[in-house]
Amino acid sequence: MSSRPELKAPPEIFYDDVEARKYTSSSRIIEIQAKLSERALELLALPDDGVPRLLLDIGCGSGLSGETLSENGHQWIGLDISPSMLDIALEREAEGDLLLKDMGQGLGLRSGMIDGAISISAVQWLCNADKSSHEPRLRLKAFFGSLYRCLARGARAVFQVYPESLAQRELILSSAMRAGFAGGVVVDYPHSSKSRKEYLVLTCGPPSINTELPKAKLEDEESCSDDESSGDEENQTVCISDRHRPRKKQKTTKKGKVRDWVLKKKEQMRRKGNAVPLDTKYTARKRKARF
Amino acid sequence: MRLLTHNMLSSNIKGVTNGFPLLIEVEKVIEKPVDFNPDFLKNMFVKVDWKALVDASRSLGYAELPEETPESSVIDSDDFLRKFHHALLELHLEEGALVCPETERKFPVSKGIPNMLLHEDEV
Repeated sequence: MSSRPELKAPPEIFYDDVEARKYTSSSRIIEIQAKLSERALELLALPDDGVPRLLLDIGCGSGLSGETLSENGHQWIGLDISPSMLDIALEREAEGDLLLKDMGQGLGLRSGMIDGAISISAVQWLCNADKSSHEPRLRLKAFFGSLYRCLARGARAVFQVYPESLAQRELILSSAMRAGFAGGVVVDYPHSSKSRKEYLVLTCGPPSINTELPKAKLEDEESCSDDESSGDEENQTVCISDRHRPRKKQKTTKKGKVRDWVLKKKEQMRRKGNAVPLDTKYTARKRKARF
Repeated sequence: MRLLTHNMLSSNIKGVTNGFPLLIEVEKVIEKPVDFNPDFLKNMFVKVDWKALVDASRSLGYAELPEETPESSVIDSDDFLRKFHHALLELHLEEGALVCPETERKFPVSKGIPNMLLHEDEV
């Protein structure tokens, strides 16, 4: 599909003065962006105590999503790679601070400072290699790693993404998991090709709360089912696929399991392409005592 | 750019071990009034790196903040909160530059937006 802006040019070039103006003068886009950021803020599940939080808007563009954050009384810092978009944000008098920054180069923020992060339709840009020095895997790693560091414990990050393919979603998700995040994908309107929206909901926290994660998922489901009952649009359903970081593999030391373990390890080595002896009846068999 | 953001930004050039705090070169400072919210300030007070904030506010020409880290009890004083609020949220660096403390690489600030883009050899 050639209508994807990601396929046309790198973000800092695609969103030039003309495109940035177009983007922000379309009332339709403004409305969609407002809705998306509203939903993202809801998924952030900030404590409802009226205290303004310090949020990060990654790929803030012309500050459309930031407006929603300001309306909800939060302080925010926005970063974007397109100077033209940031100029428009200045024109629109965005209340947050703006930074010209490439998220693939790492965020460079002090640890534990940010109470939450949202990003609307931006993270999929990281999957492009627009310059010879770009390696999507490394850029995703730098991005998620630095994001994990700057978020406070227990803080959430919600990214609305338009992954191009399954492989791309897989790439984004696995990078996030590798950086230490727990979380999953929330899909709004999964059966509609137009209004289908994917949100990546990530939680930053110590491993000890991993045990509580299923509960977090329940909460999500609750809030989503609330949506379902309150929303009157047709075919509105929300499903959740939750992902946990795999548990540390336990060593199988029980009797009789040794052979299985050895076979598994050999299989792993084979998959890596190492030269591994064949499996025979002698594999992992104990030597006789008189040996 | 507000000092709140300055207090969070560090230089992430490859090889730099301590890129915080960024030094400030001032050309133009402006002030924009912001709603006063004591709850937010109390939240931020524990997070802010005090020395960086004081140094930054002095370089922007605002010398009302005390030099050493104040006791946490001071947070209840309205007078202190007003000063803290002013320094953190109302002072804007409009034109100037941020300078990496280790490499002295300059990040220009224009129209209040710091350009933090790194060159390819700095990533």
